[in-house]
Amino acid sequence: MSLRLSPWRALAPWLISLLVLLVIPLLVSSNGTFSIINLIAINIVFALSYNMLLGQGGMLSFGHAVFFGLGAYGAIHVMNLIGDAGYDGQGFWAHFPVYLLPLVGFATGALAALLVGWPFCRRAGTAFAMITLGLGELVAAGSQMFPTVFGGEAGVFSNRMVGPVWFGLELAQPADVYWFSAFWVLLAVFAMWAFTRTPLGRMSNAVRDNAERLQFIGYPPRNLRFLVFIAAGGFAGLGGGMAAVNYEIVTPESLGLLTSGLALLMAAVGGLGVFYGPIVGAIVVTVMNSLLSDYTDASILYVGLVFLAVVMFAPAGLGGGVEQVRQSWRRGELTRQLPGWLGGAVSVLLIALGLVASIELVYQLSHGRDKLAQVLGLQPDPSSPLVWLGVVALFAAGYGVARASKNYREARS
Amino acid sequence: MLEIIVFSTLNGLLYGLLLFMLSSGLTLIFSMMGVLNFAHASFYMLGAYFAYALGLHVGFWPALLLSPLLVAGLGAVVERFGLRRVHEHGHVAELLFTFGLAYVIDETVHLLWGSIPVSYTAPDYMRAPLFSLFGTDYSIYRGVTMLIAILMFAALWYLLKKTRVGMMIRAALTHGAMVGHLGHNVPRLFMGVFAFGCALAALAGVIGGPLLSTEPGMAQSLGPVVFVVVVVGGMGSLLGAFYASLLIGLVQTFFVALDVSIGDLLNAVGFAVDPYGEVTGITLASIAPMTPFILLVLILIFRPRGLMGELEP
Amino acid sequence: MLKAVFKLFAVSLCLLSGLARAAEAEPVRFALIDPLTGPMSVVGQPALAQLQFTAERLNKEGGMDGHPIEIVGYDNKINPQESLVQLQKAIDDGIRYIIQGNGSSVGSALLSAINKHNQRNPDDRVLYLNYAAIEPSFTNERCSFWHFRFDSHVDMKMNMLTDWIAENPDFKKVFLINQDYSFGHTVSESAMRMLKEKRPDIEIVGNTFHPLGKVKDFSPYISKIKSSDADVVITGNWGQDINLLIKSAAEYGVDVPFLTYYGSTPGTITQVGDKGVDRVYLIAEYHGDFTDPEIAERQVALYKEKGWDYYPRVAAMLEMMKAAGDKADSIDPLAVAKTLEGFEYDAAGGHLTMRAEDHQLQMPLYLSVLKDNMKHGAEGTDYNFHQVAHFDADQATLPTTCRMRRPD
Repeated sequence: MSLRLSPWRALAPWLISLLVLLVIPLLVSSNGTFSIINLIAINIVFALSYNMLLGQGGMLSFGHAVFFGLGAYGAIHVMNLIGDAGYDGQGFWAHFPVYLLPLVGFATGALAALLVGWPFCRRAGTAFAMITLGLGELVAAGSQMFPTVFGGEAGVFSNRMVGPVWFGLELAQPADVYWFSAFWVLLAVFAMWAFTRTPLGRMSNAVRDNAERLQFIGYPPRNLRFLVFIAAGGFAGLGGGMAAVNYEIVTPESLGLLTSGLALLMAAVGGLGVFYGPIVGAIVVTVMNSLLSDYTDASILYVGLVFLAVVMFAPAGLGGGVEQVRQSWRRGELTRQLPGWLGGAVSVLLIALGLVASIELVYQLSHGRDKLAQVLGLQPDPSSPLVWLGVVALFAAGYGVARASKNYREARS
Repeated sequence: MLEIIVFSTLNGLLYGLLLFMLSSGLTLIFSMMGVLNFAHASFYMLGAYFAYALGLHVGFWPALLLSPLLVAGLGAVVERFGLRRVHEHGHVAELLFTFGLAYVIDETVHLLWGSIPVSYTAPDYMRAPLFSLFGTDYSIYRGVTMLIAILMFAALWYLLKKTRVGMMIRAALTHGAMVGHLGHNVPRLFMGVFAFGCALAALAGVIGGPLLSTEPGMAQSLGPVVFVVVVVGGMGSLLGAFYASLLIGLVQTFFVALDVSIGDLLNAVGFAVDPYGEVTGITLASIAPMTPFILLVLILIFRPRGLMGELEP
Repeated sequence: MLKAVFKLFAVSLCLLSGLARAAEAEPVRFALIDPLTGPMSVVGQPALAQLQFTAERLNKEGGMDGHPIEIVGYDNKINPQESLVQLQKAIDDGIRYIIQGNGSSVGSALLSAINKHNQRNPDDRVLYLNYAAIEPSFTNERCSFWHFRFDSHVDMKMNMLTDWIAENPDFKKVFLINQDYSFGHTVSESAMRMLKEKRPDIEIVGNTFHPLGKVKDFSPYISKIKSSDADVVITGNWGQDINLLIKSAAEYGVDVPFLTYYGSTPGTITQVGDKGVDRVYLIAEYHGDFTDPEIAERQVALYKEKGWDYYPRVAAMLEMMKAAGDKADSIDPLAVAKTLEGFEYDAAGGHLTMRAEDHQLQMPLYLSVLKDNMKHGAEGTDYNFHQVAHFDADQATLPTTCRMRRPD
C-alpha cells in the first residue's frame, strides 16, 4: 500500500475537506439546511466510530447507540451544571465552555465501554453481535426506569447558551452551531484516521483478519478488541456530545436499537472497507432520512431497499465505488473503464425508476393517494395497464442496458 | 396463591411454546447455514398476514396450511437470489442482508395492509372454553396452540434424528464439504432448509397472530427475543431452543405474578434498604420483559455455548 | 455540491408554488410535526387527514382572516431529535404555527426548542399548538406563552375518572396497570392521590407497571387483576399495550370496566372488536354517538374520503385558530397568541375556553363505553363509544402552578 505518500498527497484530502467546510456557509443561508448539515456532522462521527468496530476490528455491534446516548447524556448533564454554575460564577464548571462538551461525551462513552466491555470482547462474530444486542435492549429499557438520570420519556433538556464564550463563538442559531460541528467533525475524523495509523489500529485489522495467528505471536486478541471497543465507545460518545449541544435535549430513544441500526446502516451503505466510506454513508442516509419523507410516504422502504441493494450488488459500499473510480483514475484507466461503469449506472437508474414507480403505484392503489405523484404534479392511474406496461418497460430497459454494459466491460478487460 | 401458580404455569408454557415455534426455524437455519436470520420474525409476520388475507377467502384451516407454504416459497426465492449471492462475502454480509430484508418486509407489509392492526381472529367455536379453573375459562384455541407446538417439536425431532434428510442436514452442519463430495446438492439442501425454517416461522405467525396481534410492528417487537432463545438454548440445538423458550416463558410470567420489588428482596436477605427508592423500588413485574436480555448477556458471559449447544457462536 | 442542488431545487419549487398562488391571498401555513411514516404513522396520519379536511371546509368560509389555511406534514418518525430537524425545516419554509401531539418526549423537545427559538429570534416568533401531549407539566411548571394545549392533561382526565368512580358505591377495589415510563407513572400517581382524597375507603388492589410496548402476552397481568377481585381497572396504556390488554381480559372473562385514556387510538377498535364491548371506557372530548348531525355528516365524509375517523379536538383546534385569527384581524403569531388567551369557542363537545393563565384549554369531557351496532361505527366497524357520563368544563378544571412570562 501507499504508506509513503508525498506530504502534499497526504495532506490534500484534509485541505480539501477544510475548504469544503469553509465554503459551505457561503452557499447555504437557511437554518434548516444548517440543521441538516449539523445532523450529518454528528452522524459522520457516529458512523466512523461504528466502523472502528465493524470495518476495522471485525466486531459487528447492535448496541453502539448505548455509547452514543450515554455520551450525549453525560454532555447534557454537564451543560446543566454549567448553566447552574453560571448563576454565581463559582466553581470549575462556571469556567467550562459549552464548546468543549464533546470531550465530556468522549469521556463518558469511553468510560462506559471500559466498564462493560471486557466480558464482551472475548469473541468477535455472532457472539459479540448478540451480546451487544442484549446490552442495547437492556440499557434502552432500563433508561425508562431511572428518570433522575435519563429524564424519563421527556428526556433531559438544557440550554447551550450558557457558560463562558470563547472568541465570540456564540451558539444561538443552527448557523452558529455549524462552526462548532465543523470543528469537531474535522477533529474527530482526523483523530479516527490517525487511530488507523497507530500500531493499535493496525493490530485491530489483524484481529479482524486472523485472530488465532495474533494469539500465537503473543497479542491476546481480547485485549486488542477491548482497546478498540473503548476507543469506538469514546468517539461514539463524542458524537453524542455534539448531538447534545446541537439539540439541547437528549431522550432515551438515542440509546435504543433503532439508533444502533442507523449506525450500521450508514457504515454499511457507505462501505466498511474504505476509511471515508462511512462518511459517504452518513451523508446519504441522513439526507434520505430527513428529506425523503417530504416527497413520499414510503421513505423507510426506500432506505431499506438502498441498503439491501448495496449489500447485494456493491458489497464494498458507495465509498468502495468511489475508491474504485479513484484507483482507476490513478492508473490512467479511467477513460477506458468509464463507459462500462456509466452503462451500469444507467441500468441501475432505470431499474430504480421502475421500482419507485411500481412502489408508488401500489401505494396509490392501497391508500388511494400518493405523495410523490402530488409533488410531481402527476396523476397516474394505477388501474390502467398502460402505466404498468411503462413500468415493465423501465425494468426491461434497465436489464438490457445492464447486460450490454456487462458484455462491454468484459470485452474491454 | 394456587390459582396464580396454576395460571402462571399455563400461561408461561403457552408463551414459551409459541416462542419455540418461532425460534425452531431460526435454530435450524442457523445450525445449517450459519446465518443468523434477522428477518426471521418478519417471515413470522408474513405468515400471520398471509393467513389473514387467505382466511378471508378460504377459511381458517386451509389458510393454516397455505400460508406457511407461500412463505416457504418466498423463503426459497430469498435464499436462491439473495442469500446465495452474498454468501461469498461472509457471514457479516449475510447478516446485513437479512437485516435489510427485515426492513423491507416490514415496510412492505405496512404499505400493503396499512399501519393499523388487521382483525385476524380464530374461528368462533375455538374461542369456547376448553376447561374452567378457579372460575377462569381456558379457551380451546390456547389448547390447540399448545398441541400444535408440541406436535411440531416431536415431528422436528423425529425428522432430524431419525430420517435420512435429517442425517444429511446434521452432517452438512459439521462436514458440509464432505456431504457435497458424497454427491448431495448442498446448495439445494440449504435452500430447502431455509424455506422450511421460514415456513415454521410462518406457522407460528398463523397460530400466534390471533392470540397476540396482527400488526406491522409485530416482527420488530418479537425479533430480538427470538435471538435470545436461539443463543440461550445453544446455537443449533433444537432441544436447547425448546428448553430456553419454556424457561423464558415461565420466568417472564412468574416475575409478573410476584408482587415484589428489588428492595423487598434485599430486605428479605438481611439488607436494610428503602423499598421505595428509585433502584430498590423497581418491581420484578416491571423488569419481567427484560429478563430474556439479562439471561442473554449472562449466558454469553458465563456459558457462551448456551444451555445445550455444542459449538460456541 | 449536494447542498447547492437542494437549494436550487427548493428555490424552483418555491417559485413554482409562488406562481400558482400569486393571484390569491398569501396562505397561512400550519406544520404538523408527527409520525407520518413507519409503524407509528397510525397516530399521525389521522391528525393530518383531519387537519386537511377541516382546512378545506374553513377555506370555503374564507380561511383565517382572509388567508387560505394550508397544512404541511413533516414526518418526525416520533423521534425527538428528528422533530427538531423538521421544526427547523418548517420554520425555514416560513411556517409559524407548529402542530404536534404524539409523544411527550417529542412535545418536550419542541416546547424547549420553540421557547429558545422565540427568545433568540424576537422578530420571528413561532407558536406551538399541542393537541395530544398531555404531560401536566407543560401547562404547569414548564408553561410557556408560546405553547397552547388543546387537550385536557392527564390530571384533568383523571379528575373526572375518579369522580365517576367515587360516585359509584359499588366500586371498592381499583386496579392500576400502566406502562413503565413517565406518562404511565403520572397516571398511576394521580389516580392514587385523587382516589385517596375522594374515596378513602377504596382499596388500590394493584399498581402494576410493565415496560412500554414490550409485553407480548398479557395473560399473567390479567391473572393478577382477576385474583385481586378488582371492580374497576384504570390504564393509560396505548398502542399495542392496550389492544393486547383488552383482548386478554376478554379471553379470561375479566368483566370489569377498563377506564382508558386511549381506547380510541386508531386500530384499537379493529383489534379489540367485540371483546371491548361494555369493557373499554374512554375519557375524551367527545363520544361516538355523534348526536350533532353536522359532525356526524363530517365523520361519514372524512372516513369516505381519507379512511380515518373524525378527530374532534383536532378539528376544534383549527376552527379555534381560524376564529382567533379572524378576531385578531391578523395571522401574526404574537397577535393571534394574545387573542387566544381567554378565547372562547363552541365546538362539537361543548363550550371551550383557552385559559389565559396557563394556555390550557378548559373543555367538557365525556366518559363513554364501547358498544356494538352503533349508528356511526368507528374504523368502518359497527363499534363505537357510547356516552356514559358528561362533565362540564368547570368540573374538570384544575388549578395551575404556572407563572407565565409574557413578551412585551
